Amino acid sequence: MLAHYGPQLVNLFAAVLLLLAFAMLAQRRMLSLINLFAAQGFVLFLTTSLVAALTGQHHLYWSALLTLGLKVILLPWILHRLIRKLNIKWDVETLFNIPTTMLVGIVLVVLAFNLALPISQLAGTVTRSTLGIALASVLLSFLMMITRSKAIPQVIGFLAMENGLFFAATGAVYGMPMVVELGVALDVLVGALILGIFIFQIRERFDSLDTRNLERLKEH
Amino acid sequence: MLEMLALLASPLAGALVLALYGHRERAAEVNALFSAVTFAAAAVLTARIVAHGPMHVLHEQFFIDPLNVFLVALTAFVGMTTALFSRPYMRIERDHGRVSAAGLRLYHSMYQMFSFTMLLVLTTNNLGIMWVAMEAATLTTVLLVALYRTPASLEAAWKYFILCGVGIAQALFGTILVYFAAERVLGPGVGSLLWTHLDAVKGSLEPTVMSIAFVFLLVGYGTKVGLVPLHNWLPDAHAEGPTPVSAVLSGLLLNVALYALIRCKVITDGSLHQAGVLPFASSLMMGFGLLSVVVGAFFLSRQRDIKRMFAYSSIEHMGLIAFAFGMGGPVASFAGLLHMTMHSLTKSAIFFAVGHATQKTGTQLMENIRGLMRVSPTVGWGLMLGTVAILGMPPFGVFASEFLILTQAIALRPWAAPILLGALGIAFAAIFGKVQPMVFGDTTAKRLPHPPALLPVFAHLGIVLLFGLYMPPYLADWYRQAARLIG
Repeated sequence: MLAHYGPQLVNLFAAVLLLLAFAMLAQRRMLSLINLFAAQGFVLFLTTSLVAALTGQHHLYWSALLTLGLKVILLPWILHRLIRKLNIKWDVETLFNIPTTMLVGIVLVVLAFNLALPISQLAGTVTRSTLGIALASVLLSFLMMITRSKAIPQVIGFLAMENGLFFAATGAVYGMPMVVELGVALDVLVGALILGIFIFQIRERFDSLDTRNLERLKEH
Repeated sequence: MLEMLALLASPLAGALVLALYGHRERAAEVNALFSAVTFAAAAVLTARIVAHGPMHVLHEQFFIDPLNVFLVALTAFVGMTTALFSRPYMRIERDHGRVSAAGLRLYHSMYQMFSFTMLLVLTTNNLGIMWVAMEAATLTTVLLVALYRTPASLEAAWKYFILCGVGIAQALFGTILVYFAAERVLGPGVGSLLWTHLDAVKGSLEPTVMSIAFVFLLVGYGTKVGLVPLHNWLPDAHAEGPTPVSAVLSGLLLNVALYALIRCKVITDGSLHQAGVLPFASSLMMGFGLLSVVVGAFFLSRQRDIKRMFAYSSIEHMGLIAFAFGMGGPVASFAGLLHMTMHSLTKSAIFFAVGHATQKTGTQLMENIRGLMRVSPTVGWGLMLGTVAILGMPPFGVFASEFLILTQAIALRPWAAPILLGALGIAFAAIFGKVQPMVFGDTTAKRLPHPPALLPVFAHLGIVLLFGLYMPPYLADWYRQAARLIG
C-alpha cells in the first residue's frame, strides 16, 4: 500500500511545497507569512518522515524530528514573539507588482527544472523527481529576499531557502549525514537568533524596519 | 594528535572564558594569551607535518597536509598578532566611548570563536562540516561588524549577513550535489563527504553533476572570497567594523574561503579531467579572478574612506590569486599560495597602521588624514612601507609572487597579461597617490593615551621583506609540495 502510493505522495507533498513557496512570494501580511513558513516546515517534516518510511533510512526520522522541532515549532514561535514585541503583527506590506514577481517566479521554476533534469536522471532514489522542485523553491525564496524591503520577510526568505535545501538533500540523497544536518540546523538557529537581535537594533536606530533605510553606504 | 586537539580547543576555551570575563581590565591580555597558545599548537603541528607528511586525526575526521597546514600556521600567526594589536586599540576605543563593557566582552569572545571556526574550516576533512564552519565564521563576524551600533555599521552587518547567507546557501546546494555524486561511487554515509575519500575516487565521479555542483560552490564560497560581482558586502563590512576585525577579515577569512574553493576545485578538476571535458572549473576561476582584479582596481580611485580603499585592494588581490589557481600548474599554484601568504601578512599590517592612524586623526576620510609622519613616524612609516609592499614593489615578497603570476600569465594565457598589468598599474596610481599626502606634509593628528602596538606591523612587514629577498629552501619546498596538491 505504502510502497505503491508512497512515491506519488512524495510528489504531491513536493508540489504543495512549491505552491507554498509561491504563496509566500505573494503574501503581504506579516502574520500569514510566518504561518506559511510554518506550514512549509510541516510539509517538509511529512515528506521526510514519508521518505524515511519508504526507504527504511532511520536517520531520516531524526532529520524529520529536527525539522519539526526547529522549523515548525521553535522558529515560528520566535518570529511570532518578535512581531508581537515589535507591534507589527498586523502590518501589511505594499508589494511591488505581484503579477510580475509571479511571472519571474515561473521562469525560475522552468530554469530549475532544466538544471535539475540531468542530475535527477542519474538518481536512483524514489524521490528523484523532487530535486527540480527543491531547487525551484530555493530560487523562489531567493527572489522573495530580493523583492521584499522589510527586515522580517527577508529573514523568512532566508529560512525558507534553508527549507528548500533540506528538501533537496532528502530528495536527492536521502538526507545528508546526521552530523552535517545537525551542524546546519545549529547554524540556522543561531543565525535566526542573531537576526532577531539585529532587527531590534535596526528598529532602535532607524525607527523602522524598512531595509530601504539601509542604503546609505554607497560608492561616492 | 595532541597538538591538533590543542589547536581547536584553545580558541574554543578562550571563547567560553572570555564570554564570562571578557569585559574585565585584563581581558585583552587573556585574549592574546589564548591566541598565543593556538599559535604554539599550530607551530608544533606544522613541524610535525613537515617532518612526517600528511596525517589523519580522529578516524579521518580531520586531515592535515602541506596545503592546509601552511594556512593553519598563517591563520594562527595573524590571529595572534592581531590580538596583540587589538589590545591598545580596543582600550582607546573604550576610552572614546565607542564601545561598552558588554561590547568588549562580545568582541573578545567572538574573536576567539572566529579563530575557532576558521581553524575548523581548514582542518576538517568533511565537506559538510567545512560548510557549517564557514557559515559559523560569518555568524561570529556579523556581530563584530555591528559592534559600534552606528547606523552605518548596522547597515554593513545586515548586508554582510544577508548576502553571505544567500551565497553560502548556494554552497550548501553544491555540497549536496557533491555528496550525491560521491554516494554513487562510495555508498551512503559520512565517508562520502570526506575529502580524502573523494580525492581518491575523483576520476569516477559523474562529471555533469560535479560541474553543476562546482558552479554552486563557486558562487557560494566566492561570495565570501569577495569575487566580483559577489563582492558588495566586503567594502562595507571592512569599513564599518573595528579595525582588528577588518584585519582578520581581509587577512584571514578571505584566504580561508578561497581554501574551501580550492579543495572543491581539485575534486571537480579530477572528475572532469577523467571524462575529457574542458577544464571548466579552471576557466570559471580565471574569469571571476580577472574580473575582480579589474573592477577592484578601477574602484580604488573612487574611494574616500581609507578602510574601504584597502578593502577594494583585497578584492583585487583575491582576484589575482583566484586567477593564479585557475591557470593551474606547479608554478602558478606556487605563486598563488605565496601571494596568499604575502597578501595576508601585508594587508593585516596595513590595517594595523590604518587603525592607529584613524585613531590619531579621529576620521577614516582620507582627505582629513594628513602628515602622520610628524606625530608618529612609526605609524607613518608602517603605513607607507605597507602600501609600497602591497603595491608589489621590490624588494618585498608581494613583488616576487606577483612577478611569478604575471610571467606565468604571459606564458600560459598571453591575452590576460596586458589586462593584469594595466589593472596593477591603475591600482598603483590610485593607492600611492592617496597614501602619500596622508603620510607626509602638515599634520592633523593628535597624541593618544595608550602607546600603539607597532610590533605586529613591523613583524609582518619584516617577514614579507624576508620572503622578497631570500626564501629559505625548506619553505620553498613546502610551498612546492602544497602547490603539487592543487595541480
